[in-house]
Amino acid sequence: MNYHTPETFEDAAAIAARAAGTTRFLAGGTDVLVQLRSDLVTPDDLIDIKHIPAAKAITRTGDGGWRIGAAVSGAEMTENAALCADWPGLVEGMDLIGSTQVQGRATLVGNLCNGSPAADGVPGLIAAGCTVTVIGPKGSREVAVEEIPAGPGKTSLAKGEVITGVTIPARGQHGGDAYLRFIPRTEMDIAVVGCAVNLRLDGDTVTEARVVLGAVAPTVRLVPEAGEAILGTTLEAAALDRLAEAASAACQPIDDKRGTIEFRTHVAGVLARRAAKIAHARAKGGTA
Amino acid sequence: MTKRIHVSTELNGDAVDFLCDPRETLLDCLRDHLGAMGAKEGCGTGDCGACSVTLDGRLVCSCLVLGVEAEGKQIGTVEGMADGESLHPLQRKFIEHAALQCGICTPGILVAAKNLLERNPDPSETEVRYWLAGNLCRCTGYDKIVRAVMDAATEMREAS
Ligand code: FES
Ligand code: FES
Repeated sequence: MNYHTPETFEDAAAIAARAAGTTRFLAGGTDVLVQLRSDLVTPDDLIDIKHIPAAKAITRTGDGGWRIGAAVSGAEMTENAALCADWPGLVEGMDLIGSTQVQGRATLVGNLCNGSPAADGVPGLIAAGCTVTVIGPKGSREVAVEEIPAGPGKTSLAKGEVITGVTIPARGQHGGDAYLRFIPRTEMDIAVVGCAVNLRLDGDTVTEARVVLGAVAPTVRLVPEAGEAILGTTLEAAALDRLAEAASAACQPIDDKRGTIEFRTHVAGVLARRAAKIAHARAKGGTA
Repeated sequence: MTKRIHVSTELNGDAVDFLCDPRETLLDCLRDHLGAMGAKEGCGTGDCGACSVTLDGRLVCSCLVLGVEAEGKQIGTVEGMADGESLHPLQRKFIEHAALQCGICTPGILVAAKNLLERNPDPSETEVRYWLAGNLCRCTGYDKIVRAVMDAATEMREAS
């Protein structure tokens, strides 16, 4: 195995593009090293992107949004108070992944590229309307996060393409987001269902809403009908019922020891309601 | 056979170097090339925390880090906790509270607890439990560990 430490993303992509065998990018390594050890993947070329300065940076964008480099760890995100204040739901999704030790290494972009439908970091990104920058042999492009997952363990990235980081839009006024997941214990588990909601309000009335479900379909799924169900409402009981119904209707889960189809479908609706209420309270300036 | 790579790093304040295959984990490099046997392998997949070390002050599982990634970094392990013959307060309190039985989890828990107290000298019990949630212990039932950490924190606050 060749170990590479490029200093620019262009070089990283070029190494991957000309590699003949199996290639892996290494950021936090919390998925890649487990795959290495279990011989699931035996890369011929391992490309460590942590020597690329931009990969390790959290910066503000010109319009008041955020840029999170592909190798920024979960711990670095939770330690950034301004980022947590803007996007608490997005950050709490990332923060739910693994232990303190895993948080010291695991990255948001890694969570996205691992392609798990149960990825806790991803629903919040999609709800927030984030994009990622992809660099590859054909140059660079900006892609909506929801277009990256392509099925369990799969992404839409082509050979030689690498994600350089995530762009989070400006929070703007009267917005709030939240992420909830169901697990049978209190910590250190994989989501049976996850749900992120991102709202904007005018007074008490919802003017923008994005609802995203995890672990109930082959990919993390944006559910436009669920967002529409609460537009123009103040999250009164009937609106929340419609939201829960739309969320449950969008589920195509697997049946396994972690949760039955029926259970996951029901819980998706329950979490959507609860996450919407938290996002609403946060949009009103609460710290729920 | 892949070409071995020369890695220069710092272990508990001492400059060290070693040669390793790029596939070797930092845990294997510590144990096999640097003779630092404190970090243990429980699972090798990031689940148990027995291999916990710090890398530039950040708590990580050394089984989820490659040895080559340690180039130019500072590694902290349990071997760096005691000052000569005098134990770190956490080590003393673990003995006082009988917070270990077989001891496999102990080096990892000590490193993790030390890292917590450096960041938060006055953690609540809940904070201690969440911080150590990635350190599994199959012997003690955790209670004595948590009490030892709380007690050490109190002593360290009073001493400072
Ligand atoms: S050996 Fe590293 S976490 Fe278990
Ligand atoms: S003392 Fe045996 S595993 Fe903790």
